[in-house]
Amino acid sequence: MKKLMLGNDAFARGIYEAGCKVVSSYPGTPSTEITESAAKYKEVYAEWAPNEKVAMEVALGASIAGARSFCGMKHVGLNVAADPLYTASYTGVNGGMVIAVADDPGMHSSQNEQDSRYHAIASKILMLEPSDSGECKEFVKQAFDLSEKYDTPVIVRMSTRVAHSQSSVELCEREEKELKNYEKNPQKYVMMPAFAKKRHVVVEERMKQLAEFAEISELNKTEINSSKTGIITSGISYQYAKEVFGDTVSYLKLGIVNPLPEKLIKDFAAECDEIYVIEELEDIIETKCDRLGIKVKGKELFGYIGELSQAIIAEKILGKKQETESFGEDIPVRPPVMCAGCPHRGLFYSLSKLKVNVMGDIGCYTLGASAPLNAMDATICMGASISSLHGFNKARGEEAEKNTVAVIGDSTFMHSGMTSLVNITYNSTNSTVIILDNSITGMTGHQQNPTTGYNLKGDVASKICLEDLCKALGIKRVRVVDPYDMAETEKVIKEELAVEKASVIISRRPCALLKYVKHKPALKVDTDKCITCKACLKIGCPAISIKNSKACIDHTQCVGCGICQEMCKFDAIGGNK
Amino acid sequence: MSVKSVMIVGVGGQGSLLASRILGNVLLSEGFDVKVSEVHGMSQRGGSVVTYVKYGENVYSPVIEKGEADVIISFEQLEAARWIPYLKKGGHLIVSDQMIEPMPVITGTAKYPENIIEKIKNTGIDIISVDALTLAEKAGNSKASNVVLMGVLSTKLEFDKEVWYKALEECVPEKFLDMNKKAFELGVNL
Repeated sequence: MKKLMLGNDAFARGIYEAGCKVVSSYPGTPSTEITESAAKYKEVYAEWAPNEKVAMEVALGASIAGARSFCGMKHVGLNVAADPLYTASYTGVNGGMVIAVADDPGMHSSQNEQDSRYHAIASKILMLEPSDSGECKEFVKQAFDLSEKYDTPVIVRMSTRVAHSQSSVELCEREEKELKNYEKNPQKYVMMPAFAKKRHVVVEERMKQLAEFAEISELNKTEINSSKTGIITSGISYQYAKEVFGDTVSYLKLGIVNPLPEKLIKDFAAECDEIYVIEELEDIIETKCDRLGIKVKGKELFGYIGELSQAIIAEKILGKKQETESFGEDIPVRPPVMCAGCPHRGLFYSLSKLKVNVMGDIGCYTLGASAPLNAMDATICMGASISSLHGFNKARGEEAEKNTVAVIGDSTFMHSGMTSLVNITYNSTNSTVIILDNSITGMTGHQQNPTTGYNLKGDVASKICLEDLCKALGIKRVRVVDPYDMAETEKVIKEELAVEKASVIISRRPCALLKYVKHKPALKVDTDKCITCKACLKIGCPAISIKNSKACIDHTQCVGCGICQEMCKFDAIGGNK
Repeated sequence: MSVKSVMIVGVGGQGSLLASRILGNVLLSEGFDVKVSEVHGMSQRGGSVVTYVKYGENVYSPVIEKGEADVIISFEQLEAARWIPYLKKGGHLIVSDQMIEPMPVITGTAKYPENIIEKIKNTGIDIISVDALTLAEKAGNSKASNVVLMGVLSTKLEFDKEVWYKALEECVPEKFLDMNKKAFELGVNL
């Protein structure tokens, strides 16, 4: 049966069909749907772990126990999981273990544009790269087989366009796999120096075998159509190239991106007069060609930044540009914004009003950095808000402690904020940390986390109480506010900044997009009372604008949260009381 | 046949994902090779979003580039203007006449262009303007503008109504099916 499937759903189908038993991941765009989709198969145990390192260790534990296992994450998640990754390369596996890492060229939803192939090279792990949904499923199934055959974890590299494009997939039945026998084997799994030294030898031997396999594997495909032009490429770039050139040039499409097949590349290059290397982000294939003495054109044409496309390839290689229509006027940009009714809005307005420094973190609330709120000073990576606040305060002392806060979401706090909070307790700054508890992992599309009381399968789970947790981590002052109550929120922030103790403020209200959140009727502006002071525009709500010189609320967007009513000094906004 | 390209553009949260999935299902059941490219994550939060649907004998790239779209369906006026460069010469534009001000307009640092639909008509582009929001509300839910627009699109493509209905059944929860069928019909009978 053929089905139109998202690359990530097809990946999950591969996990299912390959008989995988244990899945543990942390959400991150563009990888999230792999795990959500895998969780829908009742034969697969699937969970959200608190972070990627935990997820990978769970998957490795399941593999050692003899099950086929999987963990998925976005590119920056692999940095968090790099610790287990590099040593899992040494231990190898028992049951097959597959890791998905989804790169985000173009940074559609990410803070950097790193190329995960470097992690595969550095950790000496086999990496495959599919180019459409059909290949996602097939490559994943092969990845499990190869993992067991070569005794190694296998990484399958996704990218935004492969992960979030739908194409047709042929569905097969699941092949149930018996648990492999588990035998205690410290020489393989206890990586202390004496054993690890021997395992490193095994890793190098395995890389040689994998390099030989890459030369003959059908995952690497050669299409000889022309002796003039040859293109070496992989993943989505293959699809772009194919769209431009069809069958008029020759292709070496690499399904295995680590290790690269040296002889195959040399043989292919010998067939063609000129060779182009088309790869997004880093110059990994091109560097290999250079080392093999093959003259290619690649990064000098395409650069290292952003996504490629058929248009870029056509322009850079063929000098072709499409004729286009134009509107002929400047069009205002439409950046993403906090949704109407977003509980973060009231809090960020308070921070903006108090003119404090805000060390930010990764989530929807990063949008607090945008106009008109402009309430963020730094955003680096998961958990960095709290640790960088501590550093900021150590550097600038009391002056900073009185006017600097960290903001971090509930899921991000569980991911890697906790250890940073321990540092504040242990090494003592009078820091003020605000946990934005919207009772869900918002940005990635509503995933459960340890503070929500539900697990990935939707069943009731143990719920971590943030107040108790922060107290247990040594914070004496823990207060809870409702960010819809802006006056109280502002008062509490002022008090906690003033006090000479470390404190945590939990700003608690569920995400307005959650299904169980009941919306109030849309608010209305009384145009007789409105004097167009524009105070209501200061909160950056997408539902409020000026129409016919008066404030106007879009009834299709407004959820009646009432933040704008608190802003209005003239009682001009009402309608839901 | 050569590859046909349809772009669905709008503001995050307006339901372009569902529209592209309905269309994708129609095209797959008509036996085409189909690729649909979506946007997830941060850009979904009220930002400008675009979904690509391509079909034909063999589709390679899932994305649509400037000058390549046979049809652009826009859920909002400003977004229609924004994506015009992606329309092929002689392509069709279907626009819901809804206006949603982006944040730079709300905060007063930019202006929402006036008479967008009139100006597009004057460039000679084939444009159908639809009050999809009112029609969706008439069908029972303002969120169904996306399905109204699919109804309009169906009159530009040569597929049987049953195929569209089947796709609706596959993509829409059962309790909303009747309302969505009504919205679709209002688009067809424009």
